[in-house]
Amino acid sequence: MANAFWCLVEDDRKGSPKKVMAEVLGEAARLSGGNVEAVWLTDKVSDDGIKQLGGWGASKVWVLENAAFSPYRGEVWAPVLAELATQQSPKAIVAPVTSKMRELAARLAARLGVGLAADCVGMAMDGDQLVATRPVYAGKLLAKMTWAKTPWIATLRPNVFKPADAQAGKSAAVEKPTVTIPPATMKLVERREETSTGLPELTEAEIVISGGRGMKGPENYVILEDMGKVIGAAVGASRAAVDAGWRPHRFQIGQTGRTISPKLYLGFGVSGAIQHLAGMRTSKVIVAVNKDPDAPIFKIADYGIVADLFEVVPALTDEFKKLLEK
Amino acid sequence: MKIVVAVKQVPDTATQVKISGSDPKAIDTAGITWIVSPYDEFAVEEALRIKEKRGQGEVVAVSLGPDRVKEALRSALAMGCDRAIHVNDPALANADTLLTAQALAAVIKQEQPALVICGRQAIDDDMGAVAAQVAEILGWPAASWIMEEAVDAEAKTIRIGRQVEGGLEVFDLPLPAVVSAQKGLNEPRYPTLKGIMGAKKKEIKDVKAAELGVTGTPQLAVKNLEALPPRPPGRVIPGEVKDAVKELVRALREEAKAI
Repeated sequence: MANAFWCLVEDDRKGSPKKVMAEVLGEAARLSGGNVEAVWLTDKVSDDGIKQLGGWGASKVWVLENAAFSPYRGEVWAPVLAELATQQSPKAIVAPVTSKMRELAARLAARLGVGLAADCVGMAMDGDQLVATRPVYAGKLLAKMTWAKTPWIATLRPNVFKPADAQAGKSAAVEKPTVTIPPATMKLVERREETSTGLPELTEAEIVISGGRGMKGPENYVILEDMGKVIGAAVGASRAAVDAGWRPHRFQIGQTGRTISPKLYLGFGVSGAIQHLAGMRTSKVIVAVNKDPDAPIFKIADYGIVADLFEVVPALTDEFKKLLEK
Repeated sequence: MKIVVAVKQVPDTATQVKISGSDPKAIDTAGITWIVSPYDEFAVEEALRIKEKRGQGEVVAVSLGPDRVKEALRSALAMGCDRAIHVNDPALANADTLLTAQALAAVIKQEQPALVICGRQAIDDDMGAVAAQVAEILGWPAASWIMEEAVDAEAKTIRIGRQVEGGLEVFDLPLPAVVSAQKGLNEPRYPTLKGIMGAKKKEIKDVKAAELGVTGTPQLAVKNLEALPPRPPGRVIPGEVKDAVKELVRALREEAKAI
């Protein structure tokens, strides 16, 4: 339908949309009054996946299933999406923030000659104009953004927008459009999976534990991972810890690392340098444990304990265990 | 092999950024220390390493912005870039990522490099879009967030590892191509005294939007900037560790409902 809000589907590469799509579809429905469609480029869809998108509010799923869409290559995906968008005139195209979608949204915006607001944390209609709120300067300020014309393209930060409630009975119409798929010049050589920690991904996790310089060395992160296993948390690190070589960069939280908004952030031995706070201050609940009562992180923490983290962490892990075993 | 590196000048990470008193769309620039955006330093470093490894080539730094941006270009030259191009035009003062990408793409078309390296994102507007948009405009392949790279002997392809959720995807891209640097790609060098002295003699060419044929207008605009909503005051839980921890868990469950 013309003027629909399109939601680009991020999937697990096995035929199921990721959970974050409930947030994207829920927000798109709220903004558009329910005129929401999902657009799914993949080499593998499943009926269950389509049902899930319908349950989250998509009235239609544009299914573009082709081996050429795996692996993701912007040079292939962007022209296909641009062609479909030009035919169908959606009002907006939104996607969750993932490494793929951030690049794709940028290429698509360039191809369509429209604006892109990346990593939005708020969306509102002002009359018939969409206004996006996004953190700038790594979250030191918020910027309200407006577009010169449609389609409005935006990526939405995970864990911020209210997810749509899954409605079991609701189903989506399926449309399989014919599109021109351009040849790919990029060739996949290999995919190197990280050795799984068994813990959630940093940017998707509802609970994040972070270890700073107070961890004293790489060998001590195991106590944070033990806690992570108990409460289902991702384990991140401050820039000081990453720059010291204690943790790989992909675990860094802050201005030159990941920006996170979990429901619960627990910082251990993190002083709270301004560039770290920028990356986590939108967390819903912040807990800080530090020996130094003057550590800046206490200024934004909801709960603080001034003590040695090496005493607190094992005791806290035990308490969490007791609570969750009940 | 010619490489173009795009750099942006941004406030230092330690800056307490404030909204301008006279313009709600802008920040107060008084007293700000300006730096080369950290991801762009990785880009410059990688370009220099490619040139050094091959024993020949040219690295051209490009930046868009007002007069002060010359300082950032001087830093890139001091690190070892051969020359610089400064897109310096008030007409582009409110450029969004797309207009910026159009200007950079126009410079790149004139320069015809084999490779363009950008930082993953500038740490001011954090949009992270320019590299991909430059590639789209040029019709070149692109890889974002690269952690490693190797250009083949004939400078026909580049093999990159790009960071994705849960791992690294390794691709071969035919050149010319655009890549964006993620932290971890390298450790940027500090300019040497000789480098700093030498940079003063290197060319920084000014260009205007019209010379590049860039006539577009921004597609995305800042309506206004806002300070973050203040966080509610927190509390420090006193007492012995064993008791404090019990109280914390109780509070997280009962008050905050966070666990």
